[in-house]
Amino acid sequence: MSNKPLTLAEKVWNNHLVARGENGSPDLLYIDLHLVHEVTSPQAFDGLRLAGRPVRRPDLTIATEDHNTPTWDIDKPIADPTSRTQIQTLRNNAAEFGIRIHSLGDVNQGIVHVVGPQLGLTMPGITVVCGDSHTSTHGAFGALAMGIGTSEVEHVLATQTLPLKPFKTMAINVDGVVRPGVSAKDIILAVIAKIGTGGGQGYVLEYRGSAIRALSMEARMTICNMSIEAGARAGMVAPDQTTYDYLKGRPHAPEGADWDAAVEYWNTLPSDEGAVFDAEVFIDANTLDPFVTWGTNPGQGVSLLDTVPNPADIEDPNERAAAERALEYMDLKAGTPMKQIRVDTVFLGSCTNSRIEDLRAAAEIIKGKTKADGVRMLVVPGSAKVRLEAEAEGLDKVFKDFGAEWRFAGCSMCLGMNPDQLAPGERAASTSNRNFEGRQGKGARTHLVSPLVAAATAIRGTLSSPADLESN
Amino acid sequence: MEKFEVFSGVAVPLRRSNVDTDQIIPAVYLKRITKTGFEDALFAAWRGDAEFVLNQPAYATGQVLVAGPDFGTGSSREHAVWALRDYGFKAVFSSKFADIFRGNSGKQGLVAGVITDEDTEKLWAAIEANPGVNAQVNLIDRTVSIGDLTVSFEIDDYTRWRLLEGLDDIGLTLRDEQAIVDFEAKRESWRPKTLPAKGV
Repeated sequence: MSNKPLTLAEKVWNNHLVARGENGSPDLLYIDLHLVHEVTSPQAFDGLRLAGRPVRRPDLTIATEDHNTPTWDIDKPIADPTSRTQIQTLRNNAAEFGIRIHSLGDVNQGIVHVVGPQLGLTMPGITVVCGDSHTSTHGAFGALAMGIGTSEVEHVLATQTLPLKPFKTMAINVDGVVRPGVSAKDIILAVIAKIGTGGGQGYVLEYRGSAIRALSMEARMTICNMSIEAGARAGMVAPDQTTYDYLKGRPHAPEGADWDAAVEYWNTLPSDEGAVFDAEVFIDANTLDPFVTWGTNPGQGVSLLDTVPNPADIEDPNERAAAERALEYMDLKAGTPMKQIRVDTVFLGSCTNSRIEDLRAAAEIIKGKTKADGVRMLVVPGSAKVRLEAEAEGLDKVFKDFGAEWRFAGCSMCLGMNPDQLAPGERAASTSNRNFEGRQGKGARTHLVSPLVAAATAIRGTLSSPADLESN
Repeated sequence: MEKFEVFSGVAVPLRRSNVDTDQIIPAVYLKRITKTGFEDALFAAWRGDAEFVLNQPAYATGQVLVAGPDFGTGSSREHAVWALRDYGFKAVFSSKFADIFRGNSGKQGLVAGVITDEDTEKLWAAIEANPGVNAQVNLIDRTVSIGDLTVSFEIDDYTRWRLLEGLDDIGLTLRDEQAIVDFEAKRESWRPKTLPAKGV
């Protein structure tokens, strides 16, 4: 063994090497945890059946229902027959292959990336995959967590390994102290605006610096969640006491001697002094404002205090053309102050921002306030457990008194695979992760925002920060 | 998987950047549980527009797509590759692909070749000068040609080899079965296990 200083990502990678690739072939990595949901798995299970292969490690695999699940009337049969069939297919496959499943109505049902950490299955120094690009969420624990395609889902089910080419590493240094009203969502939107939707391509990002250290685990998950929106294969934060405090005592967290052995290993994971990253980015947390998107990809974002940019000012011809098309789709004029943009719907939810802290932060702002006329607000907890926790704290009452819809858990309006969609031309402030054309409904217009901005926007009816409420 | 060596088919210029997988196939089409029959879903939101390139008769039978940078970004849905494949596409070229999309392509026999922005413009010009023209994709030489114009593309050696040989990934991995068994034998007891279920 050489004593070359290593990054966090390299350490986790090396620790999972089953076979090193030769002559340009990829390394074979062992997968510690495989999360499964209904959308990207049916064809993978079919492949196993056709080849007569079993699931190699059902004990490292867990399934939940999230993308298609309704957030109303969950005691009734799912109305859409194709959604119903897809969910029933997952249940049948789980039964046939001996996989643990948390179905609609179960206390552990919810968005797959909320459920894993909640159960204590996500932990530092492990590899996590799921047929979902937002698997990067789990990197907040110092895990190497990647979204994969359905062929790879089948591969992991069959072999519990994945052939992978080594990644490059990028340090995202965020130093300083964020101002009140600025949250993890604003940090990651600012990062993506800076490096672009393809800026992280081929890289594992490591979020570092004092502003990251100061974040809670749930805030770190928000950041890592959107690594994929910068094109990165994964995003990671080195584990520390915050990580251990969050994990300890959760149902599947190690106990006793196992816990001690794990912590001893986890303490070795942070990137070594002198470790070299292939690229570095610096963000000054002190000067960050709330960040919102104006366009149709997550890199098209600006400070909430800014105006809709003018495509003519963009040098790169491809980006200029994309900006022109985005403004047309979004029905926005260059130079319009972002705060003048009026929304129809506010969506608080998704694997980016649907955890208990997100709900608490939004509830604190709307408590005792009145919702803007004509604005609809949906609150969709990330899991059934988060919903119960919120209800125990009385948050459901705060949301309902405000006039928001208090829903059951799932992916919901983030991608509208269930009935929660925007109408054509409708405009939303959404705490989700993608503002692509048609993402939240055909012809729908999405502005990505933090839970704080979502709450303030629901009160004022226009894109707003909590600070705007004080000046009223 | 079918072997891929040299292929010739109608070239299609898609003059757009940041074509994310929600554009390639909207989420509403992901509810199906089959692995084929996604041709109707390809670029569904754009197919209603008469001006859209695939609605032009010369390009309707397209099999070689030349797109702007950052193709296949966003969701990991392999359905994006299935939709392209089911429509008839055998190869896609762009100056930049999202990692997961590129990986998914290789699993399904779709060539995802990286070309320069300059060569993208040249190919677009050559196609539009002669709509309906064939492009010849040569995976052995890593070139794509339209008439007299030939440009090189990049594809990693391993994916190229698998496509040339038509090899199945799971079969390749199972050659390392003993290494997997050995690895599992020393897996530490603190690492996560979903069974027996706790917290239920």
